[in-house]
Amino acid sequence: MKYTAQDFKSDQQVRWCPGCGDHSVLASLQKALPIVADDRNYDLERFVFVSGIGCSSRLPYYMNTYGFHSIHGRATAISTGIKVANPNLSVWQACGDGDALAIGGNHFIHAIRRNIDINIVLFNNRIYGLTKGQYSPTSPLGKITKTSPYGTVEHPFNPGSVVLGARGTFFARGLDSELKLNTEIFQQSAAHDGCAVTEMLVNCVIFNDGAHKDISDRAYRADRTIILRHGEKMIFGANNDKGLILDRNNELQVVTIGVDGVTEADILVHDAHTPNTGLHSQLIDMKYPDYPVALGVIREVRDATYDDRVRDQLNDVAAKSSIHCMEDLLHSGATWEVK
Amino acid sequence: MQHKVIDVKDVVIRFAGDSGDGMQLTGTLFADSSALDGNGISTFPDYPAEIRAPQGTISGVSGFQVHIGSEAVNTPGDFCDVLVAMNPAALKANAKWAKPTATIIVDTDSFDDTNMAKAGFKTDNPFTELGVEDRTLLVCPITTLTKESLKDSGMDNKSIVRCKNMFTLGMCFFIFNKELDNTYAYLEKKFKKKPELIEPNKKVLFDGFNYAANIQAAPNTYHVAPAKKEKGTYRNINGNQATAWGLLAASEKSGIPLFCGSYPITPATAILEELALHKSLGAKTLQCEDEIAGICTAIGAAYAGNFAVTTTSGPGLSLKSEALGLAMIAELPLVLVDVQRSGPSTGIPTKTEQTDLNQALYGRNGECPIMVMAAHSPSDCFEKAFYAGKFALEHMMPVILLTEGFLGNGSEPWRIPSMKDYPEIKAPRITSCDGPFKPFERDPQTYVRRWAVPGTKGLEHRVGGLEKAPAGNISSDPENHEMMVAARAKKVALTANDIPEIKVIGDPKAELLLVGWGGTFGHLLAAQEQLVSEGRSVALAHIDYINPLPKNTAEVLAGHKTILVCELNSGQFADYLRAKLPQYKYEQLNKVQGQPFIVKDIVDAAYKFIK
Repeated sequence: MKYTAQDFKSDQQVRWCPGCGDHSVLASLQKALPIVADDRNYDLERFVFVSGIGCSSRLPYYMNTYGFHSIHGRATAISTGIKVANPNLSVWQACGDGDALAIGGNHFIHAIRRNIDINIVLFNNRIYGLTKGQYSPTSPLGKITKTSPYGTVEHPFNPGSVVLGARGTFFARGLDSELKLNTEIFQQSAAHDGCAVTEMLVNCVIFNDGAHKDISDRAYRADRTIILRHGEKMIFGANNDKGLILDRNNELQVVTIGVDGVTEADILVHDAHTPNTGLHSQLIDMKYPDYPVALGVIREVRDATYDDRVRDQLNDVAAKSSIHCMEDLLHSGATWEVK
Repeated sequence: MQHKVIDVKDVVIRFAGDSGDGMQLTGTLFADSSALDGNGISTFPDYPAEIRAPQGTISGVSGFQVHIGSEAVNTPGDFCDVLVAMNPAALKANAKWAKPTATIIVDTDSFDDTNMAKAGFKTDNPFTELGVEDRTLLVCPITTLTKESLKDSGMDNKSIVRCKNMFTLGMCFFIFNKELDNTYAYLEKKFKKKPELIEPNKKVLFDGFNYAANIQAAPNTYHVAPAKKEKGTYRNINGNQATAWGLLAASEKSGIPLFCGSYPITPATAILEELALHKSLGAKTLQCEDEIAGICTAIGAAYAGNFAVTTTSGPGLSLKSEALGLAMIAELPLVLVDVQRSGPSTGIPTKTEQTDLNQALYGRNGECPIMVMAAHSPSDCFEKAFYAGKFALEHMMPVILLTEGFLGNGSEPWRIPSMKDYPEIKAPRITSCDGPFKPFERDPQTYVRRWAVPGTKGLEHRVGGLEKAPAGNISSDPENHEMMVAARAKKVALTANDIPEIKVIGDPKAELLLVGWGGTFGHLLAAQEQLVSEGRSVALAHIDYINPLPKNTAEVLAGHKTILVCELNSGQFADYLRAKLPQYKYEQLNKVQGQPFIVKDIVDAAYKFIK
């Protein structure tokens, strides 16, 4: 390999709290990027990391790449500008649940709608960490925080549903402790031509410890999560004996192979490439305790990207136009001579 | 009666009607035709915010004033020689602008009881009621005549009635001895895709012309000779188009592709529309989800190495202020164009003002000085947009260019410049450096940092909104912060070395010095010329560069009995001058009506200070 993880580490000391989930996401990125560089034949200088404001938004300082730590909520707009200006760049964005879904919600949905070819890593710890513990748009209903001392009275967003609602072409979900899976997701995110959103479920040890404890503990993680891979059976569980099928109402149902006559052949095969959002939506919605939480690349469909369309239109118009420099423009249309 | 053609130096025509009557088009066609005849022209569109405001009401009146002259004209004119009023409301709203010698043309078909009531007339004689009965009144059944003209055209009644503006235009062409050919050519182009509309529009224009001739519409008709102008190729241009072209010119001269991220907002939208047309010049335009995305996509594009632009009006500037601070601290080149309109909040969105100066100068958190400059005429928007680009790119900083609705929508003839007459733009781009790249290391003379763009090997670095040390690392060190605040301010202040000095018009030691900025230039110049012609000692200092001020500002302001700062706000520039140059006393002339000055406003104000 041309690069190692070390090549992507900056000389800056990482200042996240010990035990913060962001550490392992950073590590998986630094592990994935050398592979991406080889796969895509990229040099280090082609990577740009953009962020907004929040704990996770410090990430660009820890990457030995080009980076832009911007302002709260606006990372997606900055990334969009960078990618349109220079489509050859591999643009990565780190943002939190407040950054992407509250103050920056508008830019987030529109970047997805446009299918601009950027990689958005959404660190979801379901809390505002940097401002010390207020509820976020992904905090569960009833969550007690400093600004909701009696519990929140609002429903949270499911980031994947927002992505689907905005006609997203790529959605994946990772978990801070799943380093290997995360590395695999980042490779696929890089390979995807279009707006790739990866929700990273991360813990906040200080203000929301156990943010994802229902599923994250190693003791039961295998039974409460399912790792989806395109073309593979939707099988999970510590003993690899549980699976997902569609019941007669076309709703997902958890079954056990070998029980009630269920065989492996009955288990659904994951199709990440279908444009149909129906099953993807159900997979994104799966929650403990009724279902395992879906991890991995849930949706990856092909569509033209915004940056490609911008470039193509520019070339098309230039080929047809008679105006190729300022002098042409200045003298176009109605003019008259004074002699 | 013998018909005579009288040569006149200049005339002002005001077209007024319902906002759906096509008055903007009628006025524009008259202006364009006059421009092609070689007249000096200046135009002033004055229209309501609603696209189709309630029919027949005063609030729905749309106006377009054209001033044409046999010399260059500086303003759209205070009062008009011809007023076209397509309905009672238009007459009521505009009668006060008709000169005592004016001709008033009305469409009598629209003067029915309903429309008279909607316009609030209390009697059945609108002319007497408005005190304009002594003007030359041409009370013509324009709608009826238009219907008659087009009865065999096969068009439906609604479409026929919509052509009445062409009939009126034909009448005006007769009164001013204009050829119809230019407008024929325009109609052929405009209706290229609806060819069935070409002949009817030409016919109704022609019939209007003949009607005016047959009824001897005016005892005499007028001829405005072509203005004596410098040799060259001319075109008609409005301020928003000129702004877009100036930005494109800066892109060409710098060799850096233009990126414009914007959100539609009146009266700035036409700049984005114009830029969107010119993809063949490599311009990328992104119509964003909001104003903030407009500037943030531009900032991203600047970081990636494009010439970044965002265009807006006052409310949009408010929304962009946080991001403007980011561009400033990250020291990235960016041109922000604010086509000012009446505020605060939504204000009167289609009306002109100069009320965003304070916001441009101060409207950000932290210590955040930004270069602010202003265009002073529609065609000057080209010049200033070009230089805004030059300063932004060469000094690695955001620049705010203030224009105004009055300039953006107003048009004038423009001698087409040659791009050879414009200087090169050399951005401090680097592709390598000795040792590790330190993004905030500065040129010791200009304080400008170097621009390394993503994709360049070995120059990887991070920028952002957090305070940095010169090497590029985050720093909360107190002394470093103070040093960086001062360095960024000094960089802006040092641009004074590169901006042109103020050229005083008139006697530099005149008793009264008129001081202005922005789009009031034409009115101030006309007032100064009038006052001087009356034998008064008056000069004009019009200031295009506001932050920093030109180096000779103090010298220009010295030695006058009175300094009168004239602006379309409550005194923002006067206050700025008081803060910067407190040694002088500043008198003020202010107008905050959503309307430009009229020359008389300024002349009357001057009389108070000078005999």
